[in-house]
Amino acid sequence: MENNIIPLLDEAILAINLGPKQFYESLEKQGVEAVQVDWTPSAGGDKDMIKLLDELL
Amino acid sequence: MASGYVVRKQQYYDSIFLMGVNKRLSENRGVLQTAVLMGSEKNKQLLADIGIHGPQIDSAGPNDLIVAIIADTPQIVEAVLGKLDEALDRIQAGSIPSVLHTLEEGLAQKPNANLAVISIPGEYAAHEARKALEAGLNVFLFSSNVSIEDELDLKQCALQNNLLVMGPDCGTSLLGGIGIGFANIVRRGPIGVIGAAGTGLQEFTSQIHNAGLGISHAIGTGSHDVSDEIEGITTFTALERLEADSQTKVIVFISKPLGAKTFTKLVERLQGCRKPAIGCFLGQPVEPLDRNTNLQCARTIDEAVQLAAKHVTGSPLPPIQLTSEELEWAAREKAGWSPEQKYLRGVFAGGTFCYQSQQILRDAGFAVHSNAPFAPQNRLSHPDQSLEHTLLDMGDDYYTLGKPHPMINGTLRVQRILTESLDHQVAILLLDFILGYNASTDPVGELLDAILEARQRVRKRGGSLTVVASICGTEDDPQDLNLQTQLLKEAGAIVFRSNARATLFCCELLKHPLGGAHGK
Repeated sequence: MENNIIPLLDEAILAINLGPKQFYESLEKQGVEAVQVDWTPSAGGDKDMIKLLDELL
Repeated sequence: MASGYVVRKQQYYDSIFLMGVNKRLSENRGVLQTAVLMGSEKNKQLLADIGIHGPQIDSAGPNDLIVAIIADTPQIVEAVLGKLDEALDRIQAGSIPSVLHTLEEGLAQKPNANLAVISIPGEYAAHEARKALEAGLNVFLFSSNVSIEDELDLKQCALQNNLLVMGPDCGTSLLGGIGIGFANIVRRGPIGVIGAAGTGLQEFTSQIHNAGLGISHAIGTGSHDVSDEIEGITTFTALERLEADSQTKVIVFISKPLGAKTFTKLVERLQGCRKPAIGCFLGQPVEPLDRNTNLQCARTIDEAVQLAAKHVTGSPLPPIQLTSEELEWAAREKAGWSPEQKYLRGVFAGGTFCYQSQQILRDAGFAVHSNAPFAPQNRLSHPDQSLEHTLLDMGDDYYTLGKPHPMINGTLRVQRILTESLDHQVAILLLDFILGYNASTDPVGELLDAILEARQRVRKRGGSLTVVASICGTEDDPQDLNLQTQLLKEAGAIVFRSNARATLFCCELLKHPLGGAHGK
């Protein structure tokens, strides 16, 4: 493994940030390619419904 | 006293935004308590606990904003709730909302992404993390309140797919020089570190940088990773990767106490590590472990820094012990105490610092109480009431539920510092300040008035309050390390660049205090 690419450690980070924008902004400041997701709970936050939707989709 | 609330349907905001609104509303004169929360069941219970309930709250859901105020008069409640839109607008000003609202939308925009950074409410976090893993992404899971069953499930999924789950409850990682979450700006170098203790990783990486050395990678695992339920799945994967990484010459592991089975397994693995390994197992007896193996053990983070530096440079760093100047300073401070002053109160933002300080004080023979104690018998009977020598982890859920973590905002610590200063027996206040990305932009500034007021109160009683502070950070951090240090010194604090040394100074202060030995 010594000369192989080590996942994540040898790769440039390409990030998806789910949650507060501050984490996205600090990544951006460091030159990281990232996208910000202003995440909101789906299905009105009903966890059973979220699971059901996942199974259907 | 009066209270009131408003519910805004279908207005979802993230936790840091809500903390900002909370802070703004709480600054109004006459306000006693504020709660700015989304309407999850847990949050509604929290409101009920402080006497806020009603039909609109009952029917509110996780996407609905609830703002509750307790104030001196009904007029103040009404006026502050009337300012809600202004507070929301102020905090939103200049921030362009993202058009993306789901992980799937993010993946569509960035199909080659390799890392999901997740800091959403814990009850939904495992679900999103699993989707990210299934899409082939590594996960940095900042969210807390993820069940141990979900954590195990996520980590087993990651293991099968050659991915890494950092967290849940992971505060810090530095991957190839990129800081994720709460991270200090440190140079790159040959020292790799794995941490199941977030502020421990920050302290280690900052001290390595301040010693002129550098970090290859710092991988946070989340503190539960080393429990016997999880058995260090992320820790072992990280270890394997650092072993394979040609830049990493020495591997350091930092944690608070591990599960017994996991500890044995990890020690065996580190003893057989293909690179020199250093273990800093805070709170765990380690003396006989490092004989004739590849593993060296450090009792403190500073010792781990010393050992790592010696591996890299071949020469030791300056000793951790207090200098003769510092010893003299301690004697001068003690001379100002009144006869009744004899106790230490630590009010910490960083959980690892609270823990490490307890270990150092215990090793020096002092009995210390805490809300996050080493041993159950040292647990405070109530987290709001200090007893003799007390060290407080102010980041504990008891204090932070619905309120900003002390690393982001100093309000909780300001209140506690002022409370502690009312106790006539308090002689020393031990504080930590954490710099870096995503931490408070002015951690010292936020506490400065409280420190000055506390010192003034004790002075008026004819005594002197010794304030001992440690700053975790580097000169490259956005908060300006030198300015933060200067502000503390001007307020009369004795400042160290390490929590361990600040605690050693406290031990020196507590040795033979006026009127004989106390608290031993």
